[in-house]
Amino acid sequence: MAMLEIDNLHAKIEGDEGREILKGLSLTVNPGEVHAIMGPNGSGKSTLSYILAGKEDYEVTDGSVTLDGEDLLEMEIDERAAKGVFLAFQYPIEVPGVATMTFLRAALNAQRRTRGEEEISTPDFLRLVKDKAGALGISQDMLRRGVNVGFSGGEKKRMEILQMAILEPKLCILDETDSGLDIDALKVVSEGVNALRSPDRGMIVITHYQRLLNHIVPDFVHVMNKGRIVRSGGKELALELEANGYAEYQQDAA
Amino acid sequence: MPAVQETVEQVRSIDVDQYKYGFFTDIESEKAAKGLTEETVRFISAKKGEPEWLLEWRLDAFRRWQTMQEPEWARVSYPRIDYQDLYYYAAPKAKEGPKSIDDIDPEILATYEKLGIPLRERDALLGIESTGGSKVAVDAVFDSVSVATTFKEELAKAGVIFMPISEAVREYPELVKKYLGSVVPVTDNFFATLNSAVFSDGSFVYVPKGVRCPMELSTYFRINERNTGQFERTLIIADEGAYVSYLEGCTAPMRDENQLHAAVVELVALADAEIKYSTVQNWYPGDKDGKGGIFNFVTKRGDCRGDRSKISWTQVETGSAITWKYPSCILRGDESRGEFYSIAISNGYQQVDSGTKMIHLGRNTTSRIIAKGIAAGHSDNTYRGLVSAHRKATGARNFTNCDSLLIGDKCGAHTVPYIESKNSSAQFEHEATTSKISEDQMFYCRQRGLSDEEATALIVNGFVKDVLQQLPMEFAVEAQKLISVSLEGSVG
Repeated sequence: MAMLEIDNLHAKIEGDEGREILKGLSLTVNPGEVHAIMGPNGSGKSTLSYILAGKEDYEVTDGSVTLDGEDLLEMEIDERAAKGVFLAFQYPIEVPGVATMTFLRAALNAQRRTRGEEEISTPDFLRLVKDKAGALGISQDMLRRGVNVGFSGGEKKRMEILQMAILEPKLCILDETDSGLDIDALKVVSEGVNALRSPDRGMIVITHYQRLLNHIVPDFVHVMNKGRIVRSGGKELALELEANGYAEYQQDAA
Repeated sequence: MPAVQETVEQVRSIDVDQYKYGFFTDIESEKAAKGLTEETVRFISAKKGEPEWLLEWRLDAFRRWQTMQEPEWARVSYPRIDYQDLYYYAAPKAKEGPKSIDDIDPEILATYEKLGIPLRERDALLGIESTGGSKVAVDAVFDSVSVATTFKEELAKAGVIFMPISEAVREYPELVKKYLGSVVPVTDNFFATLNSAVFSDGSFVYVPKGVRCPMELSTYFRINERNTGQFERTLIIADEGAYVSYLEGCTAPMRDENQLHAAVVELVALADAEIKYSTVQNWYPGDKDGKGGIFNFVTKRGDCRGDRSKISWTQVETGSAITWKYPSCILRGDESRGEFYSIAISNGYQQVDSGTKMIHLGRNTTSRIIAKGIAAGHSDNTYRGLVSAHRKATGARNFTNCDSLLIGDKCGAHTVPYIESKNSSAQFEHEATTSKISEDQMFYCRQRGLSDEEATALIVNGFVKDVLQQLPMEFAVEAQKLISVSLEGSVG
């Protein structure tokens, strides 16, 4: 069974009578697969990630999304998280005064409780964080600071990956994780993501640029434009896009 | 970290009636006749077996009070209080004053137990063993009288006097006479003057020269009787080089009618002394429609009388229908220091008008104000503060930071700072922010698996962290829980 099944998804901004942002998008993600979604600005890539995560500003007007056969769109935001949906934000949000450690533990335990599991013990938690943070070059000092407060762009993205590593989601959605990263940071983040690739885990990697896909090599590449997927292929499609740009698709769809 | 978890647990386990201290203890009590006349004042004074000078002091206050007007400048509105429709004295009936803990009415002991305040020293010690906390001496005030004071003997060994003020009047009249009304004068304001006339009990603390009080002192106030005002009076004196940390907690039953609480707290710090005064105020705030609740009109002031003395106020205000309260510091001694750390939370139809006054009189005096206001529901939350420098206050410095957090769109947060400087060398800084819990923050937290309530609790705890850190450990955990409880039902 497919893990994530998006079928003919239509969506618009809530309360907006105007145009649809997603216009019949379909995508299937199986466990172990990494799907890259590329496309020009305004093609609906970020909207797709928000709708999968359950952000309340959008209204699904048609179509369906299932995760392991369950209707994802019926679930609350935190319920989806507990079922294993993780969104790495393009612009991670600051939560002043809440130490990153506190945040991580609260999130992990909240998910565990929702799934009816035991909370993690303090020693186990500390070990887990130390282990994962070390690999991403995240210092103890950063973990004591407020969530994303005063972090550089690169630090914020590494922190997103740390959260992903600790929460061990089933479906990872990376929304332009490469934006604002220099080449060294890009490497660290990509290695972090690659370390999480596993036969049980699916990933959707949203990006403008092929550059990221040199580091996180996808199984499939999809071109998105004006609210739907207009072409799909293997990793070589990304190289083609890098060479030719999106102009071709924008005309096609117009 | 576990505290956050507990907070979250706490929030989850609560129903709409989140005020868990709202029970009433059915106990026979002795009251003064309803209303306030010279007779009432004489009755209270006689009940306490007071000396003539104190009766005169009260009567003087009463006469002055009759000429005063209730203040109207605060940003609160409430129906007129009929001062003749209140009881000014209520005491649990006892054959004689309790001589030891075993003489205390078991109903009262049970009440405090229910509130989590053990009055038996043996139990208190057990609690400490099981929680690993430190020892806290408690003075328990039930309506108008103090019912028990724990660890008195142990404190006496260190020379620390900790007892109900009514007892101190008899046992240490010179000390009481010297300091009573010396920080908050009889005519200070309408409510303080009323208190001076009718105050019934409260705590008295004297820490002698050079003594560091060996444990935290605490008073637990409980209003039980219907239609009864509570007018307690607290007086704390830290003699030269002394140190004391004092905690105050308060609760009341849930009632449909409003109840009046008008307390006065006076602190005196002599040279090199330090007083740390912490309050967790959790009077009944009224129901979700704004019915009932305590009117809390309190005058708290500390006098840094000696050089290099220090007074620090920390308050967590979650209760009361109306809060009118400005714990202040008079920085009289050179190089003295005043601090005010406050978390004021309002939900439902609560109204809070609270803040502080830092009066810089001495040279090189410093003060620091950190105030966090959180407004939810239909509540109104005002910070009102005065920082002033006298012309002799050369080198005075103040730093003020007021942050307000709004939850929902039917509440209000207001900041009213007054700054007066008559000395050109004074440096006053003021920072203020108002923010809302953003939808982005909520979405981010919930995407990581936190529920609505968990996310709110986490964000709010982050917001108030600077102030929570100032509270003694035991209270900080309690306060953190209280904050989330107060905000129950504020989201969604």
